[in-house]
Amino acid sequence: MEMTRESADDLRIRQLRARDMLRGDLGAAELERYVEERVITTTLEKALNWARGNAIFPATFGLACCAIEMMSIVASRVDVARFGAEAFRASPRQADLLIVSGRVSIKMAPIIRRIYDQMLEPKWAIAMGACSSSMGVFNNYAIVPADKFMPVDVHVPGCPPRPEALMHGILRLRSMIHGDPKMGWRERYEAQGTEEVVGLDVQQQGRGPASHADNVYGPGDTAGA
Amino acid sequence: MPDATGLELLAQEVGDADPDAVLDTIYFRERATLIINPARARETLELLRERGYRFLASLHGVDYYPEEPRLGVLYELLDMQRVDRLTVKLRVDTEKPEVDSVVEVFPTADFQEREVYDMFGVVFRGHPDLRRILMPEDYEGHPQRRDFPVGGEPVLFTYNEDSTPGYTK
Amino acid sequence: MSTPDTRDTPVAPEGAPPQDRVSDYRKLEESITLAPVEQQIAERKEELLTLNMGPHHPATHGVLRLLVSLEGEVVRELRPVVGYVHTGIEKTAEDKAYWKVIPVIERMDYLAYYFNGMAFCGAVEALLGVEVPRRAQYLRVIHLELNRIMSHLVWLGTSALDLGAISMFWYCFREREQILDLFEMSSGQRMHTRYIQVGGVFEDIPAGFEAKVRDFCRTMPERAGQYEAILDRNEIVLRRLRNVGIVDEQTLLELGVTGPLLRAAGNPWDLRKAAPYSSYGDFEFRIPVGTVGDNYDRYRVRLAEIYESVKIVEQALDGLPEGPYITEDRKIALPPRHELGTSMEALIHHFKLVTEGFRVPPGEVYYPIEGPRGELGCFVRADGSSKPARVHMRDPSFVNLQAFRAMVKDSYIADLIATLAMLDPVLGGIDR
Repeated sequence: MEMTRESADDLRIRQLRARDMLRGDLGAAELERYVEERVITTTLEKALNWARGNAIFPATFGLACCAIEMMSIVASRVDVARFGAEAFRASPRQADLLIVSGRVSIKMAPIIRRIYDQMLEPKWAIAMGACSSSMGVFNNYAIVPADKFMPVDVHVPGCPPRPEALMHGILRLRSMIHGDPKMGWRERYEAQGTEEVVGLDVQQQGRGPASHADNVYGPGDTAGA
Repeated sequence: MPDATGLELLAQEVGDADPDAVLDTIYFRERATLIINPARARETLELLRERGYRFLASLHGVDYYPEEPRLGVLYELLDMQRVDRLTVKLRVDTEKPEVDSVVEVFPTADFQEREVYDMFGVVFRGHPDLRRILMPEDYEGHPQRRDFPVGGEPVLFTYNEDSTPGYTK
Repeated sequence: MSTPDTRDTPVAPEGAPPQDRVSDYRKLEESITLAPVEQQIAERKEELLTLNMGPHHPATHGVLRLLVSLEGEVVRELRPVVGYVHTGIEKTAEDKAYWKVIPVIERMDYLAYYFNGMAFCGAVEALLGVEVPRRAQYLRVIHLELNRIMSHLVWLGTSALDLGAISMFWYCFREREQILDLFEMSSGQRMHTRYIQVGGVFEDIPAGFEAKVRDFCRTMPERAGQYEAILDRNEIVLRRLRNVGIVDEQTLLELGVTGPLLRAAGNPWDLRKAAPYSSYGDFEFRIPVGTVGDNYDRYRVRLAEIYESVKIVEQALDGLPEGPYITEDRKIALPPRHELGTSMEALIHHFKLVTEGFRVPPGEVYYPIEGPRGELGCFVRADGSSKPARVHMRDPSFVNLQAFRAMVKDSYIADLIATLAMLDPVLGGIDR
């Protein structure tokens, strides 16, 4: 939107037109032009994506040294609040973004997977640092790269990445969210048909629309619990 | 650090109190090491504790592969009053890697003995809760032994990334 | 099922037995009675609830898992489970040349990376019998003390965050950014800088570094004073930290606790004074010691240590001697680049050091230093080759964690959170 300096005359003209519009005195073409100047038209998806991208809630998931640099982006020098992502939620059910910051040991990997499963769609993951993207400095028996057990959207290299680098990764993710209309990692990774459909017969008895849901788990199945 | 003569005197004292405890002494770079018999570990440490070394700074294991006996357990003792450090070393082999636990003498040995068990497989008799501490509970193998492979993932380049299973594209 | 519209009508039609109408959930609900609980209450038995403060938790500093047995809100039993960030650092270090072990070992206790490097390099230097030039010792001291201040700042920011004083986080991290700027100036990296090398330091400090450090040393005590003004006599801080988590000094010594936790209990044990290394004996500084041994003393001891570290840095800058910044022994340290063009020997040394690394004669050494959390020791066993045969880091947080149970037994769960904050565990060091 261009902001041009307007003289006092222009302002007066605008006020008069507004008064005419309210009175119903504007003609058809003039009215149309008036409305066009004031309304942004977009698709619902684009609007939703714009909102989602500007209010990402990361989950507090600090593992090791990269966590300290992740704390630095919340700090005042590199301020992630400028982009709306300063509300780190502790509960994964309230978070959109899982920043795997630090080395993932084999004891921790199932727990990260479980937390990622507990997050609600749409959700994204950033593998921060060299250890979570690949093995990093350590190539040994004890750690596993994040790609092996969860889908990752953005990999941020560095050991540890500077807060500016992580910021760049978050902004790339944000532009991915704005530009990409397809939500959900199953579309992204072309993994349709991988949803668990367990206990269909039990659930479909005597229930209404819920019996057609894809992600209905039977009793005793704690997947995603 | 006790100097070389101090170390010999200490070894003699311990040997007088407990005949087959001390096997050897090493004085290297101004640091004193006492090599003891694993069967008399707990008594020797109690004795040294009475002698003034009341602080166990570190308890760790070493794998001396290929020298036998392979597994070593080192106790770093510290006498805070005289600012004196002493290392006590014992060696066990892998067939019967058992040592008496010193948790009752030095309660700080709790987690550290669990770590030596986890990483080397040395069983500490009398430890209240000897389980794995760093590796998952059901892990098999003792990672820091020298014959345990380092492991790791193959480095992915473009020529082998398609053939390496397990990565999502 | 007899009638089609089963979903909407809760009333059973005539003839159909009521059991078919009742869902499994209802049956489960009706089968629950309070009889056992009522009996327990009547018998006044303890009912302990074991709560899992899992590895993913906003208030545990890192991935620490605590199995807490509660009676109401009172903690009766506590079992920490660690290992969730175990990286096999010690095993990896056996695979690399001594020079290359330094970046690996630095990532252990990720808030005290200079200390990790110092412990390892000190051990290797003791094995080699090489002497570190005085300028390098002073530079090491400057960076170590700056790292100590930085570690205490992160501790203070996150602990205050746990207690609810959320704005302290931003103040502490503002100062931390200044220190990281200094590190970046001297070594090029903010964290894990590989600045301390075997035989000295990586590189001499650039022009302008001293002026910036002096600026920092001028402003840091004022800032620390501001933190004290916010927190010291704040009623909430006092109520939450005073007389909470008291363990007597004898128990702490038996549990192997060192560092600010031991000093808060009244024992002035500090390796910088007791067994000075790297010319700490040249500097004049005091050791803050607490009286009661509660959480408030631990907080005060660490805050006071910030002032003492600033004093050490200033004294080190004042007395910084001229000289080489790394040992002149070409078999251990790389020759300066300008020599490579003129001296054949320098070229050969450079080649050998870069491809194979220096060899260390066989031996075993344990080298302890005073880290921000306590005694950080490094055990290195060399077998004559260019790779260490065993590297073990005695991490203070690993040993201090054993005292946690003694600190929180029979106190409230809110006190558990405050005590965990004051314990200052760094899981990278615990798990290695």
